Amino acid sequence: MQIVVCIKQVPDSAQIRVHPVTNTIMRQGVPTIINPYDLFALEEALRLRDKSGGEVTVLSMGPPMAEDSLRKALTFGADRAVLLTDRFFAGSDTLATSFSLSQAIKKIGEVWGAPSIVFTGKQTIDGDTAQVGPGIATRLNLNQLTYVAKIGPIDREGGTIEVERRAEGGVQVLQTKLPVLITMLEGTNEMRRGSLSAALSAAKADVTVWNAADIGIEDVTKCGLRGSPTVVKRVFAPTPREEKAEQLPVGGKSPDEIADTLMNEIFSRHQTIEDDLMNFAAGQ
Amino acid sequence: MANAPKQQARPAGGRAGMKKELPEHFKAYRHVWVFIEYEHGHVHPVSLELLGEGRKLAEKLDVEVVGVLLGGDKSELEAAATEVYEHGADVLYQVADPMLAHYRNETYTKCLTDLVNTYKPEILLLGATTLGRDLAGSVATTLATGLTADCTELAIDDDRSLAATRPTFGGSLLCTIYTLNFRPQMATVRPRVMAMPKREPGRTGRLIEHPLNMAEEDVVTKVLRFVADRDSNKVQLAFADIVVAGGLGLRSAENFQLVKDLAEVLGAEYGCSRPLVQKGWVPAERQIGQTGKTIRPKLYIAAGISGAIQHRVGVEGADLIVAINSDPNAPIFDFAHLGVVADALEVLPALTRAFAKHLSVNRLAG
Ligand SMILES: Cc1cc2nc3c(=O)[nH]c(=O)nc-3n(C[C@H](O)[C@H](O)[C@H](O)COP(=O)(O)OP(=O)(O)OC[C@H]3O[C@@H](n4cnc5c(N)ncnc54)[C@H](O)[C@@H]3O)c2cc1C
Ligand SMILES: Cc1cc2nc3c(=O)[nH]c(=O)nc-3n(C[C@H](O)[C@H](O)[C@H](O)COP(=O)(O)OP(=O)(O)OC[C@H]3O[C@@H](n4cnc5c(N)ncnc54)[C@H](O)[C@@H]3O)c2cc1C
Repeated sequence: MQIVVCIKQVPDSAQIRVHPVTNTIMRQGVPTIINPYDLFALEEALRLRDKSGGEVTVLSMGPPMAEDSLRKALTFGADRAVLLTDRFFAGSDTLATSFSLSQAIKKIGEVWGAPSIVFTGKQTIDGDTAQVGPGIATRLNLNQLTYVAKIGPIDREGGTIEVERRAEGGVQVLQTKLPVLITMLEGTNEMRRGSLSAALSAAKADVTVWNAADIGIEDVTKCGLRGSPTVVKRVFAPTPREEKAEQLPVGGKSPDEIADTLMNEIFSRHQTIEDDLMNFAAGQ
Repeated sequence: MANAPKQQARPAGGRAGMKKELPEHFKAYRHVWVFIEYEHGHVHPVSLELLGEGRKLAEKLDVEVVGVLLGGDKSELEAAATEVYEHGADVLYQVADPMLAHYRNETYTKCLTDLVNTYKPEILLLGATTLGRDLAGSVATTLATGLTADCTELAIDDDRSLAATRPTFGGSLLCTIYTLNFRPQMATVRPRVMAMPKREPGRTGRLIEHPLNMAEEDVVTKVLRFVADRDSNKVQLAFADIVVAGGLGLRSAENFQLVKDLAEVLGAEYGCSRPLVQKGWVPAERQIGQTGKTIRPKLYIAAGISGAIQHRVGVEGADLIVAINSDPNAPIFDFAHLGVVADALEVLPALTRAFAKHLSVNRLAG
């Protein structure tokens, strides 16, 4: 079974600053990592491959340095890595990103065989939209399974797959046909440690690098900034909240006195908490 | 690519929409739509919150607020429709078809895109729930329009554009995003971000019914079962009204019991900061923050948590944040509402005693 896992290289910290003069995001100097959510997708893909054979291709769109993340994925045991990089991809919003990634997935299919499953993470920690997965599924007409908590039986002959999907207030058990796009929920598995031999071969492995032309994009106005209907007009740091926490006077008081004051403060600051608690206690 | 998005002609000069040049065929798009998330007999509160927000936008634009309600059965949708009008919708587009009884991406995407293409809204808002995010991404891609995620503020500019402001990079930055040259302008908003509008009993609106035009044989995905969280022992952190959490300041896995004790008395859920999960003291499903759960309780009590930005973004939606920390300079006091500079190992058990006593006394009295 061919599996593609999309991974994004993101800044390792949420502490990103805005340039005071140019008002642009300063990413320089911030260390980068594989988007943590994508590791759950990668691990799930590797497990499926280990169980039923096939190959895992990791795919990332980004600047040339995104190769670092792809190499890291190889050390975990991915079979090959593809980097999409081109100045035409710069400034992509989620619509343009899903366009370029889906073009690349088609090409991966042509070269190494069509994937039965395309994985993405639930969302990234920088853009944080959770829109790219659904975008790819829609463009490639893959059955879309988002927020998947558990992958159930896969019937490869019948071409069906069952999954548990996190829905509002519960879990949906869904059955659909391969090929599918799965966005994997966090906390669903634990990333393996890469083996030493995988690390050694990853260091030597070739990362396939494609540009827009390589993946058959003739009309470059569909990618990057030009292919992006959303326009970021302004980036700014949130104004820190003026008032800091109101400190409860604690000097010279016993823990029980502090607790009593705190409880009464809580009740006086929120209209319904005390009533809710009474109802809860009455129901016990 | 069945629903290959049609790329609309780009404005000359290339750089998409840095300038507003709305193509002629989009100029007729009017009204503010709110997708009404309806499942298992209930309208999701976020949809009602969005009707309130939609009302503000519609007034600025001088247009109508429209609800879009999809479900399996017409009679079953009546109560939901009333709720939608009474929270501010002027018009309701309703599609009732057994195929829509459960949420599925395929059927809902087809249905909502059809409605958009038929009735042409200028703004389409959805809740940023697991359903709303699943649906919005597909619909926006099919329509080839812009979608701004998890907005915390929506406004209308003088030229009628929607200015959607959202946090990124885990909340450390905000940005304002426009979809200048495409319609509809789509945005999602998380639950409890916008205020719930006041319900106006008796308020009503126009119902417009629309067919689904799909056959079950053509839909590949089947819902085999739905297991409600209340029927399983799933952690309800994200939906809890009260959450008590502990951090490294508790110093040991044993001391974490103090958090659980307080949570139990309050009928609350308990959670933790990331290091406690990494140390194996608390299971991962209890982690609160950027890479854990986002919570929006009425009351959040954080004990021995420093308040790093990655933790902060997961809890900021709480109505009332109480922090117990021995360090008066801990960053958590920058965003907590009520601070207690004290030893959590002492205050937590005292609080448990205080609440237990208050509840039992009042229960006897009541
Ligand atoms: C401040 C800011 C705000 C933004 N807001 C919006 C917005 O509201 N709407 C919008 O359309 N765009 C927005 N963008 C652009 C968006 O971040 C980019 O389109 C980005 O390329 C992908 O979106 P994401 O990070 O939200 O990914 P998500 O949709 O959250 O990612 C989901 C999954 O898709 C895969 N994936 C995502 N990107 C890549 C990649 N480059 N390579 C490989 N796999 C990938 C990963 O598996 C990831 O887990 C914003 C960008 C910035 C800087
Ligand atoms: C990409 C990324 C994602 C992350 N995601 C998350 C996330 O989702 N959730 C999350 O929580 N973190 C996350 N983190 C980690 C985050 O940056 C912090 O390291 C973490 O939140 C700190 O946990 P803490 O407050 O429990 O510990 P510390 O920062 O060590 O704070 C302990 C606090 O306890 C106080 N204390 C000590 N003794 C006592 C006492 N007896 N009584 C009262 N107070 C006491 C101290 O004053 C201190 O303020 C993430 C980090 C990264 C880089």
